[in-house]
Amino acid sequence: MLRSRTGVVTLTFIGIALACLPFADLAVTTLNPWQELQRLLKGLLTPDLTATDALLTAFTRTIAYAFTGVALGAVAGFFLTTLFSSRLIRVFCAFIRSIHEIFWALIFLQCLGIHPLSGVLAIAIPFAGIFAKVYSEIIDEADPLPARAIPKGSGRMARYLFTQVPEAWPHLRTYTAYRLECGLRSSAILGFIGLPTLGFHLEAAFAQGFYSQVGALLLVFYVLIATMRLWLRPRLVPVYLVAAPFFLGEGMPIMWGNVTRFFTEDIVPHPLRNGEGWEGFQPWLMDILANQALPGIWNTLLLTQMALVATGVLALLAFPLIATHFGGPVRRTSGHVLLVIARSTPEYMLAYILLQLWGPSMLPAVVALALHNGGIIGHLVGRMSDEVPLRKGAPTGFNRYAWELVPRVYPPFLAFLFYRWEIIMRETAILGILGITTLGFYVEGAIQEIRFDRAMVLILITALLNIGVDALSRRIRAWLRLRTRPTCEA
Amino acid sequence: MAGLDVSNLSASYGGERVLGPLTLSLAPGQRVALVGRSGAGKSTLLSLLYDEAGPKTAFLPQELGLVDTLSVFHNVYMGQLDRHSIFYSLLNLLLPLRKPRQEVHAILETLGLADKLREPAGELSGGQRQRTAVARALYQQGDMLLADEPVSALDGPLARRVMDALTQDYPTSVIALHDVDLALAYSDRVIGIQDGHIALDEPSSRLTTADLQPLY
Repeated sequence: MLRSRTGVVTLTFIGIALACLPFADLAVTTLNPWQELQRLLKGLLTPDLTATDALLTAFTRTIAYAFTGVALGAVAGFFLTTLFSSRLIRVFCAFIRSIHEIFWALIFLQCLGIHPLSGVLAIAIPFAGIFAKVYSEIIDEADPLPARAIPKGSGRMARYLFTQVPEAWPHLRTYTAYRLECGLRSSAILGFIGLPTLGFHLEAAFAQGFYSQVGALLLVFYVLIATMRLWLRPRLVPVYLVAAPFFLGEGMPIMWGNVTRFFTEDIVPHPLRNGEGWEGFQPWLMDILANQALPGIWNTLLLTQMALVATGVLALLAFPLIATHFGGPVRRTSGHVLLVIARSTPEYMLAYILLQLWGPSMLPAVVALALHNGGIIGHLVGRMSDEVPLRKGAPTGFNRYAWELVPRVYPPFLAFLFYRWEIIMRETAILGILGITTLGFYVEGAIQEIRFDRAMVLILITALLNIGVDALSRRIRAWLRLRTRPTCEA
Repeated sequence: MAGLDVSNLSASYGGERVLGPLTLSLAPGQRVALVGRSGAGKSTLLSLLYDEAGPKTAFLPQELGLVDTLSVFHNVYMGQLDRHSIFYSLLNLLLPLRKPRQEVHAILETLGLADKLREPAGELSGGQRQRTAVARALYQQGDMLLADEPVSALDGPLARRVMDALTQDYPTSVIALHDVDLALAYSDRVIGIQDGHIALDEPSSRLTTADLQPLY
């Protein structure tokens, strides 16, 4: 088994993660980590729902940002699918989606200021890139026969809109609804960098030690995500879409002078701005590469590889919690609740909380990434294991897990895991903003120092790293002959 | 009026030749019935003929090629997608306009399907789906029809009604039919296919049902 292709890949990745351990800082540095955790749990159990005004604003803003951003992204992504056969467009989409929402927001906050547009664009742009890719994949899978049965002279656009798109429509809808859930998470964490969504209030409550408020914010967020099926009715969507822009709030006025300056001066590399030309540019770039990009890349890779393996381990341990092939309704219900909490808490939020409890090191980041992504994959694998038909008299207990289920769900499990590799790396880079020295740490530092030219170079490097990992992951999936549908894997 | 001339048509599947090579000439105004056992190569032949046929040819494949998520109206409207601008068609996709709606309604009426105008094609029975695809071919008003078993899911009188409508609108056609009586009644030339080759090619007037039996 270990000599099969999946076995070799698995062992290689575990080996890499173990080799990363000695280089990684995994210490708990706070004096009383468990006491803090206790206070947080107590806060969760005694949520303070009295500050209704603040709660309500936080949530309407979070939902409004998500709806507007995802809708814009979906429309733009849909139009991009019509051009997706062009290599240029595909590269463009890969590029815009390789930059995390938070990085986009950091960029827009610098040029547009604290304005709803900053948040909406930060969600819409990367989502447009993702939508364009997944929509085209879904549409490509549509039955080709209707397109053949219509008159030969029908235009390409008519053929596309009448035959391919309607065929794919139900899948497009499901996928868009799923992305809206992601949009809600993205919208919530945009608050951590200053936009008026949930994260903003969460950070304020944490900073002041109001754990009951933290509890209230988190609980309402879980309820919001868990009940999406109930309030996200197809008939109500147009209502939400029309209403959403009115709930974004006002923000500061946009200074158009700042916008122009940002693009024409701020992000132009410093030596070029001063007319030092190539002579000055080279040492400037080498300085960034050697002192910021390289350590940033190194730490990003360390953290990503450890988090990837931890995610896999956690997912394999978690999926039996919801699998119907094991007895016990109590186990299943509590398993579902645990996995819903794990996958609906954004990594960034989890990492923020754990960092408050344990102090800055890679440990909270690994745990946060593993909990969130392990929750998602565990959920998908659990559902998949339910479809495994077991013969009568199949072994029970651990033998059933090890001999009947894991071997069957292992290939799709690996496919999900490798699909999330790029996502984990995107998040890893972002977690730097919380103080872990990944690429985001240096981006945030450069922005603090108002050196946007440096920040842009580092963001570009992060994007290239993500594109590279995405390509590598695709290769490995092809080598392992893993296939998954785009609708359930994202 | 369009005819069709093809020579040395052949098709292979998995390295094995399933059709041809065969040569065929179809004069304008000629109605051909394509008969033969299932698997003889009729569908493959029709598909290849469609590749060679002119731009105003209507194609009615056996699997119909309906878009299940769209209404019957939209599926029929698609027959004229080549005649309208993309904006006009897009408007009809979002909100069917009066004129095309009435035209489609009239065609559905002759096929006994007028009450299903707004129903999604995916929710229809097999016979209703087949008539929707027939309506699309009728609405197209092309100059030649290539149809693969267009009435296989319809019972006696309804099958004849549909065949009447198709032959009236399309004087030039190649229609695959497994029902020997229908084949003789609605054609003036019968081509029998056996193991991927033309085994019989005669005017219908000279044939009886008994002559076609060896093909099955």
